[in-house]
Amino acid sequence: MVKSVTNFGRSGVSDWMMQRVSAVILALYTLFLVGYVLAAPEMGYAQWAGLFEQTWMRIFSMLALLALIAHAWIGVWTVITDYFHGTAIRFLAQTLSVLILFVYLIWGIQIFWGL
Amino acid sequence: MNTKRPVNLDLGKLHFPLPAIISILHRISGIIVFIGMAILLFLLDRSLSGESGFNSVASLLDNPLAKLILWGILAGLAYHLIAGVKHLIADFGIGEELASARLAAKATVVISVIVIVLLGVWIW
Repeated sequence: MVKSVTNFGRSGVSDWMMQRVSAVILALYTLFLVGYVLAAPEMGYAQWAGLFEQTWMRIFSMLALLALIAHAWIGVWTVITDYFHGTAIRFLAQTLSVLILFVYLIWGIQIFWGL
Repeated sequence: MNTKRPVNLDLGKLHFPLPAIISILHRISGIIVFIGMAILLFLLDRSLSGESGFNSVASLLDNPLAKLILWGILAGLAYHLIAGVKHLIADFGIGEELASARLAAKATVVISVIVIVLLGVWIW
């Protein structure tokens, strides 16, 4: 009974749950970063880099990055399968979006762990 | 079939209800964030690359066009987050009836506009 081969979790219920869990993680990360930047209007490089050098911040950032990959995969899949009809165009659009997410993942790891 | 039935194809009279507009904007803003993430990662990468990289991002963001692009991405992110919170609240069964869904949609618009304007003030 394999009907979904390109969605994230191979099951709609799994995708539904993953979308919400990742959304909460991304919301918390976004609000934290905005709050941090707002709290220090005259932030310089030392403070900014100092934040991202902390181990807990690297972990928090990686968590947000992985949540972003899952969230965007599910979201873009939903949009593509709603508006693009035809296997070829869907496959192309899905491949392109996953490729972009792969670049984001590796790029993000380099940013957060390459300091 | 009753051929005398009223036909209304006046596109000026047909329109999406507000909750539907909120929903499609959630999708559009999601795509904006998906694409804009490349720019945000670029800025983060450069700002963390060293003192000179940090300063180059700061001076890049003095450019009015760069400010506009950043505002656009952050506006998309803010809207997506706010509409997403509405979505999560609806998952708990709140704001799912016709009247409450319309109210939630209106609240989403009002809060989003305020936050996006504040983001603009912050960037400029």
